[in-house]
Amino acid sequence: MATEHADNAQHAEQALTPSGYIEHHLSFNAHGVNGNVTDQGFWVLHYDTLIMSVALGFLVMGLVWLVARKASAGVPTKAQAFVELVFGFIDDQVKNIFHGNRHSFIAPTALTVFLWVFAMNSMDFLPVDWVAGIVSFFGGAHAKWRAVPTSDINTTFALALAVWFLMIYFSIKVKGLGGWLHELFCSPFGTKIWVWPANFLFNLIEYVSKPLSHSLRLFGNMYAGEVIFLLLGLWAATGVSGTIFGAILGAGWSIFHILIVALQAFIFMMLTVVYLAMAHESH
Amino acid sequence: MNINFTLVAQALAFATLIWFTVKFVWPPLLNAIETRQKEIADGLAAASEGRSALEVAAKKSEVTINEAKQKASEIIGQAEKRASQIVEEAKGNAKVEGDRILAGAKAEIDQEVNRAKEGLRAQVSSLAIAGAEKILRKEIDAKAHSEMLSKLAAEL
Repeated sequence: MATEHADNAQHAEQALTPSGYIEHHLSFNAHGVNGNVTDQGFWVLHYDTLIMSVALGFLVMGLVWLVARKASAGVPTKAQAFVELVFGFIDDQVKNIFHGNRHSFIAPTALTVFLWVFAMNSMDFLPVDWVAGIVSFFGGAHAKWRAVPTSDINTTFALALAVWFLMIYFSIKVKGLGGWLHELFCSPFGTKIWVWPANFLFNLIEYVSKPLSHSLRLFGNMYAGEVIFLLLGLWAATGVSGTIFGAILGAGWSIFHILIVALQAFIFMMLTVVYLAMAHESH
Repeated sequence: MNINFTLVAQALAFATLIWFTVKFVWPPLLNAIETRQKEIADGLAAASEGRSALEVAAKKSEVTINEAKQKASEIIGQAEKRASQIVEEAKGNAKVEGDRILAGAKAEIDQEVNRAKEGLRAQVSSLAIAGAEKILRKEIDAKAHSEMLSKLAAEL
């Protein structure tokens, strides 16, 4: 928290206003796919989100892979025991929800989602101004960097949409295209032709609301967490008492955030498993 | 809140991570854990099997020991019985033999005594006759003397 002094000093040089501070921290390091930075259409990539998420994904899954590669059935090493703890936790959760062959796809997917989202959420623990300081050291004072990929709607929506497509894929795979269409029109109210529109509307709402609630829950929690850190950072810039209270509340919010980070990763994983399991069941 | 191409890139990254986990991370972990679980289950089963086998063996050995003890005491009893029987038999045999020997000896002694008596009788009469001849040469009173002599012989 003490670093906020230095950072605030740096911002003070640029005579940054509170709204400018917040805007700076909530802007993405965006680049147009065609090289045009100012382009704000669809063909834009958030380099910060992409680099952080891909690096974290391969770091976390790579670490697990390093352990899994040498996994022995005998006495496990401490690293293997830890990985097996996580493995068993995920496997138990999936086992309770999904009653098919979970090992071929759903359980590994749940492990990936949980560990990856947890790692991405954890970036919220990095002091926001440290990240800004490091990035401005390399990229200049106006370089922007959002360290938490899950506070980017693109990330959470990408994950939720991928799960959504998997949901439809498994639905069709398990019930057949005819079975899936039948379910679209004939559940939950019945097979009579005059309830078909109601059924279809109901299912449509369900199919739209699932990815929205799935992605927006995670995004909202992470975004709100980040904004509160930024507000505390602003408060810390208002003087000695502001710094003290900002530091204390920042520490408190960080500790509380440990729970949110783990909980949101767990909820996202559970919803993924629930949606995929529901796709396997006939109504 | 701007949806853009990042979404597609993130979805691709997600797909790659899922593929990686499905292919390389999950199977070795699952294999290791399931193999260990099986080994532990086998070990526990073997242990309980061993325990029950031990119990059976202990029971069996107890039964065997009891049987052996019983047999041993039976054998000892039989041997004692047989020994006393043999002693009794030997005693009886010895007594019979002793009696037989004693009876034989007594009969022999009687026979010897009788033979000696006959011999003495024969000798006494001849001695008496010889003595009488000598006496007769001096004084013959055949009647009185033979009376005396036969009285003497009868006393023997």
